[in-house]
Amino acid sequence: MVPLSWYLIVAAALFSIGVFGVLSRRNGVAVLMGIELMLNAVNINLVAFWRYNTTIASVTEPVPSELNGVVFAAFMFVVAAAEVAVGLAIIITVYRNWRSVIPEEADTLRG
Amino acid sequence: MPEFDFLASLPAISVEIGLTILAIVLVFLESYLSKENRRNIAYVAAVSLAFLAAAPVIWSPTAETSGLYWGGMVRYDAFGSIFKMMILLAASLVTLMAIDDKGVHRKTEFHLVIVVASLGASLLVSAADLIMLFVALETLSVPLYILAAYNRTDRESAESGIKYFLFGSFASALLLYGFSLLYGFTSTTSLDGIAAALSQGGDLVAVLVALVLVIAGFGFKISAVPFHFWTPDVYQGAPTPVTGFLSVASKAASFAVLVRFLNAVFPGTVIVDGQSIQQFWVAFVSVAAVASMTFGNILALRQSNIKRMLAYSSIAQAGYTLIGVAALQGGTTLDQGVNLGVALGISSVAFYMFMYTFSNLLIFAGIVVVTEHVGSEDLSDYAGLQRRNPWLALAMAIGILSLAGIPPAAGFFGKFFLFQAAVESNLTALAIIGVLNAIIALYYYLVVIKIMYVDKGPDDDKPFTISTPYAWALGVASVVVLLLGTFAVTPIITWAREGANALAQAAATIVAGL
Repeated sequence: MVPLSWYLIVAAALFSIGVFGVLSRRNGVAVLMGIELMLNAVNINLVAFWRYNTTIASVTEPVPSELNGVVFAAFMFVVAAAEVAVGLAIIITVYRNWRSVIPEEADTLRG
Repeated sequence: MPEFDFLASLPAISVEIGLTILAIVLVFLESYLSKENRRNIAYVAAVSLAFLAAAPVIWSPTAETSGLYWGGMVRYDAFGSIFKMMILLAASLVTLMAIDDKGVHRKTEFHLVIVVASLGASLLVSAADLIMLFVALETLSVPLYILAAYNRTDRESAESGIKYFLFGSFASALLLYGFSLLYGFTSTTSLDGIAAALSQGGDLVAVLVALVLVIAGFGFKISAVPFHFWTPDVYQGAPTPVTGFLSVASKAASFAVLVRFLNAVFPGTVIVDGQSIQQFWVAFVSVAAVASMTFGNILALRQSNIKRMLAYSSIAQAGYTLIGVAALQGGTTLDQGVNLGVALGISSVAFYMFMYTFSNLLIFAGIVVVTEHVGSEDLSDYAGLQRRNPWLALAMAIGILSLAGIPPAAGFFGKFFLFQAAVESNLTALAIIGVLNAIIALYYYLVVIKIMYVDKGPDDDKPFTISTPYAWALGVASVVVLLLGTFAVTPIITWAREGANALAQAAATIVAGL
């Protein structure tokens, strides 16, 4: 079997790419994509840890605590989807007001 | 796992059930009421939220009933109750404040979103599991992103919305990566279970990485330096009632969950590789406290926009409150079987957030009224406010004195309890820096009062009146602030101590149960 550390390295790399994207990109949509990469890295972590750390006593009737890794990942999908829906709506609002999706170009607030 | 008892589990989420029903009722009212009557929806929301605030008191947990409920997802205790009450009262005042605010356009959605955000905040303060904590945090944050960008036609509101959203979801992603690591090291998502598993051994560096990521995520929510970048822009750009909600309810809930998390997952007894994890987070929190206080106060000195000044002030206030969080390291004295330093730290954070909620909302309600009549948020336009409406000026002055920490307003006791907790936990240096910062802060708070009372404005001879909902919001908040500084200190701090003891004992039991 592939060792756990391989999965964790992939997740860590994905997370770092996401952080780099958030910090280096100026376009709001690209920053959002970076955030999504970070969330996906979390999902890989959760499912890999769950697969390697948990022994399920009974496949037909698993105890709830034996499933918390996948349940966590499922909630991540839902919340990430909600976040993107709200985020894109906000980006459209910004575009309508500023004719741009680059947050730095919207700069009336300073001091 | 104990047998599931439905009726016994209900009080633990009574507030959340009430909020869900209220949200559904508001949707129906929106579709059935005619356009002229929709303004009344705000009253319905405000009164219902105020009544719901009684629920944590009516179904208050006792020593027998407090504990884990709903499959270990929520912890039902007095600490959660006091925070739920302040969140609901804050939400009620905010809906009242928003009733005629120009940025809100008298739309029902606003109140609906506030109710959902309060639902997330109340779940957050009693979360006892990483999954619950994460879902509750997002239920609070996503509505707040919407609220910050609420005024769609206003450029500043849109700008504040996108800044809040991008920083906020970045911080959530950091927090979640930390959670996934904690889950991985311990194969459990229950906060108590993580503490128990960590003290069985682990890798110090890995645990510290998770700790730093989690503290960064929470640091964003409470706008502590160095995660404060978003605060001034978002506070200034968002509609004023939203800024009020953001600065109190979101902050109070995040402080509650930070205290609960640090106390449950990394108490002093969790030792990895021979090192107590507690010393690391106490160091992080102390540095963040000093940086937030100093940075917030110094930058607030040169602000000309009142909302922006309050944003820096709120960074500084987060710094003071972090002193109470750092005091969770505890001292040497034991009181009722609980470390006195820990109990004082938790209760001082609860009391400080309670008084801060009302003081800040009082000022923001005043700002809404002034903006309506003056049309500007510049400090210079507050000149001569006392001659235009003495009651409004008095109410705002009470709020400002409270934030500055001058008796008889509530802020004095808030700071007193925080510094007392710091001294009890051998963090005297932190208390001294706090006192010095409170003196710097006096300057910019008192300048506002001077502008309102002494300076001459161009419209001094044109008085204006406050409409009924605002009179109620300002009146109730002023009375509460004055009571919290005088007669109500003892009952509230006793309640907070009860919550603190419950929390500290719960943490002690986990370790004893190993």
